[in-house]
Amino acid sequence: MTNFDLAVVGGGPAGMAAALKASEEGIEKIVVLERAETLGGILEQCIHTGFGLHYFGEELSGPEYAGRFIKLLEDTNIVVKTDTMVLDIADDNTVTAVNKTDGLLKISAKAVVLAMGCRERPRGALSIAGSRGAGIMTAGTAQKYVNIDGYMPGHEVVILGSGDIGLIMARRMTLEGAKVKMVCELMPYSGGLTRNIVQCLEDFDIPLKLSTTVVATHGKERLEGVTIAKVDEKLQPIPETAEYVPCDTLMLSVGLIPENELSKNAGLTLDRITNGPKVDEYRETEHKGVFACGNVLQVHDLVDYVTEESQIAGLGAAKFIKGEKISGDCIGTNGINGVRYIVPQRINRETDTDVKLYFRVGAVYTNASIVVEANGETILSKKKKKLCPGEMEYVLIKKDVIANLPKDSVITVRVEA
Amino acid sequence: MEKRELVCVACPLGCGITVTLGDGGEVLEVTGNTCKRGDAYARSECTAPTRSLTTTVRVEGGKAYVVPVKSAGPVPKGMMFDCMKVINQASVKAPVKIGDVVIKNVLGTGVDIVATNNAE
Amino acid sequence: MTYDVAVVGAGVVGGLIARELSRFNISVALLEKCNDVAMGTTKANSAIVHGGFDAQNGTLKAELNVKGTALMPKVCEKLHVPFKNNGSLVVAFSDSEMEHIKVLFDRGIKNGVPGLSVIDRDELRRIEPNISEKAVGALLCESAGIVCPYELTIAAVENAVTNGVEFIRNCEVEAIEQGEAYTLKTTAGDITAKFVINAAGNFSDKLASMVGDNSIDLVPRKGEYYLLDKSVGNLAVHTIFQCPNEMGKGILVTPTVDGNLLIGPTAKNIEDKSDTTTTPEGLAEIVEKALKSVPIVSQRNAITSFAGVRAHPVCDDFIIGWCEKSEHFLNVAGVESPGLSAAPAIAVYVREILSEKLNLTEKSSYTETREAPVRFRHMNDEERAELIKKNSAYGRIVCRCETITEGEIIDAIKAPAGARDVDGVKRRTRAGMGRCQGGFCGSKVVEILSRELGVPMNEITKFGGESKIIYERTK
Repeated sequence: MTNFDLAVVGGGPAGMAAALKASEEGIEKIVVLERAETLGGILEQCIHTGFGLHYFGEELSGPEYAGRFIKLLEDTNIVVKTDTMVLDIADDNTVTAVNKTDGLLKISAKAVVLAMGCRERPRGALSIAGSRGAGIMTAGTAQKYVNIDGYMPGHEVVILGSGDIGLIMARRMTLEGAKVKMVCELMPYSGGLTRNIVQCLEDFDIPLKLSTTVVATHGKERLEGVTIAKVDEKLQPIPETAEYVPCDTLMLSVGLIPENELSKNAGLTLDRITNGPKVDEYRETEHKGVFACGNVLQVHDLVDYVTEESQIAGLGAAKFIKGEKISGDCIGTNGINGVRYIVPQRINRETDTDVKLYFRVGAVYTNASIVVEANGETILSKKKKKLCPGEMEYVLIKKDVIANLPKDSVITVRVEA
Repeated sequence: MEKRELVCVACPLGCGITVTLGDGGEVLEVTGNTCKRGDAYARSECTAPTRSLTTTVRVEGGKAYVVPVKSAGPVPKGMMFDCMKVINQASVKAPVKIGDVVIKNVLGTGVDIVATNNAE
Repeated sequence: MTYDVAVVGAGVVGGLIARELSRFNISVALLEKCNDVAMGTTKANSAIVHGGFDAQNGTLKAELNVKGTALMPKVCEKLHVPFKNNGSLVVAFSDSEMEHIKVLFDRGIKNGVPGLSVIDRDELRRIEPNISEKAVGALLCESAGIVCPYELTIAAVENAVTNGVEFIRNCEVEAIEQGEAYTLKTTAGDITAKFVINAAGNFSDKLASMVGDNSIDLVPRKGEYYLLDKSVGNLAVHTIFQCPNEMGKGILVTPTVDGNLLIGPTAKNIEDKSDTTTTPEGLAEIVEKALKSVPIVSQRNAITSFAGVRAHPVCDDFIIGWCEKSEHFLNVAGVESPGLSAAPAIAVYVREILSEKLNLTEKSSYTETREAPVRFRHMNDEERAELIKKNSAYGRIVCRCETITEGEIIDAIKAPAGARDVDGVKRRTRAGMGRCQGGFCGSKVVEILSRELGVPMNEITKFGGESKIIYERTK
């Protein structure tokens, strides 16, 4: 058994930022456990630029953004264990992990930060009929083959899902000489940034087919084509619109799911919408001393926000270790009328900080208001020119507002169209 | 006279912008934008569109087969595939450090291609 | 060299026959047209060990089902293959279906099925809590169970190879010449053998016709399935059938030995024997009918869907015996459900028939057990620590969803008749079988296969042939 003050599970942007923040706050013994061979998480394969505009004020590629934190980490006495997989987190915050050099590791930690990130939704979850040959992969898997391994995952590509990863891969494959036939999107709008639609699709004349999905795959050994169809308002395919598109590769970019197997095994309940643990304003879960941040908590659109959130969790963990973290009566938060969820799900009434409530909306709105209410009163109302599901929003609640709310009250956030 | 419709990418709002161009391709009028950044974007997009380019380059004698690179600044949009050809023929000897210049002044654009990750 | 016996087809039937024959002083080749064992009907079926009450009295099906099911626990124990005796239920939703259940009960008793009883609504709800409230009663068969068919086949072939059987993959028989021995013209070259055992599954009719036997009449019948996440694996305790119809045993809901929930199959006669595509109608039908048995099943928990093709014999019974057109050619055809359950008994039965014409003496060196593969996920901390000390490759987790180590993947590749492709690794280790379906570990598995087999990554396939995962270098 090795003793640490803080064990951070995951060495991507979230884990690194949380560990660094705790270290800044004077926590001495910190260990970061990373399952890959290097720190940086998924950023290592995101070689496009667009990272860091908010946090660093400049446009970096994924590895560059990660590189800055890796460098900072090297200058601390934080212990980093790569190629190390955490298998279990016990009730007393003992972390069990394995790697090739230490074998089975038992780490006793005062606090734990969960920063495992998320994974891509696979084909199975979509119920696409047809054959199951090679050539069907998630956009992230394809990204790794191209950017890390240096192999072409396909020559004629159809992409399902217009989230940013799908759009980025459309450009990436085109630049490497593949023909990207189209990007299909089930919803009537794209989940990606406008900039990516312009620079990844329009620049290369790649059609974006909205309200369209892939209904079947064809080809016994390697994919030979897909059948696409328009969908109706209930998102059900319209058979008469079916169309065959020859291709050797189908890339799926159909959503991300927080990777919470460890959290579930540790007995944490997950938010039905975010699929992440329920947390307070310092990202402490329902389990004392266990914090969560980054994409394991909620899927973020920008890594800059991951960093920001993870610093909150790192600070929270540091306060917890020092015995300074407030933990008492809480008020709840709730998203209604177009607001799908809120993180954090609860706030300590006597909190020592102003709190940003993060959320996403369920549809596209123009010239709408975000209204925050509690105890029958409007706390604040904010006009927004545009709200869309692809982008995370937040409202800031002052700590004295929170302190004045009665016990058991709930802050609601809603969209007023 | 020619009118071009653009979607602004300067921020997530995505304003629809109409640019009126003269016969010589010069910008006569920009409408529909809601801020200065939109105006600037529309003008550059219609006269000299540029893009930053990211890809990988072959590594020789290293553990990794490729290392990611980017154009240190934007390159003319129309030259992206030409730049790709040059980059695909280039290689770099390991070890590579973030920021190492892999190709200087690619195709006379004045822009360097630099490594964006380390490679042993 | 001339083999004494060539077994054509490395499904569960061919695999267990090869293992049975490996006990004797004869040379045996096991030929498989695909890149791995268990690639046909064996790969995609309900994974059920049936009690044996479905088949009509006096049929070969009935006899071998009951015998095979009785042998199954022992075979699985020797081969270290998980088998679970979870029991099965045929559920009735009306009084007339209850009548049918009594018919099944009587038939089962005559077939010699142990552990049969007819239970009422209350007892049914007690032992199967999530069963539909509309169910009025059921036939309980305590002797039924579940087993993973490809795991059983992999283990059987591994054991056979250990005992001297030669496994030849990518070896499709295209023609057979008859002289003193049979010369099988295959995609892997000519192979000669004194006896041929036709265990070619859906293609056993074609193989038999190569020696002039056109008597085997098969109808390819497709069945589609959904596999659901382990989080709902406990929705069913028993294997839950509905009352059978003329197309088979209907849609079932069953736990799998690995803890998932399996629902299906549909039953549709098709033209193309290799058509394992799923269809929107088929998938919708599964859910609709499964809901009748267990109303809280949801396809939202699906992690994958698949389809298998079984060879339904028009004569409605297994076709096992000497070919009438060729003296040393033994047909083992038309083995549809309950073929998996019957397979251990089929192997014994085939050996007995073979011994009529071939002298079989037992080897002194026969090893009847297959060593248990390392299963890191089932170990405790001490065992894990010990294992990694011995071989550090067990200290690297490759598949996160199922907790599969690099060491287990290397073992699967190096095993006798080991994995040569990504699906082969998946079936042997479960890497890529979890909820992310290989999203994270797929490329890692390709890397390991490439390294261990000494071929470039872009030559690694999903399941042989042209199923390449990736193409050329980007630069």
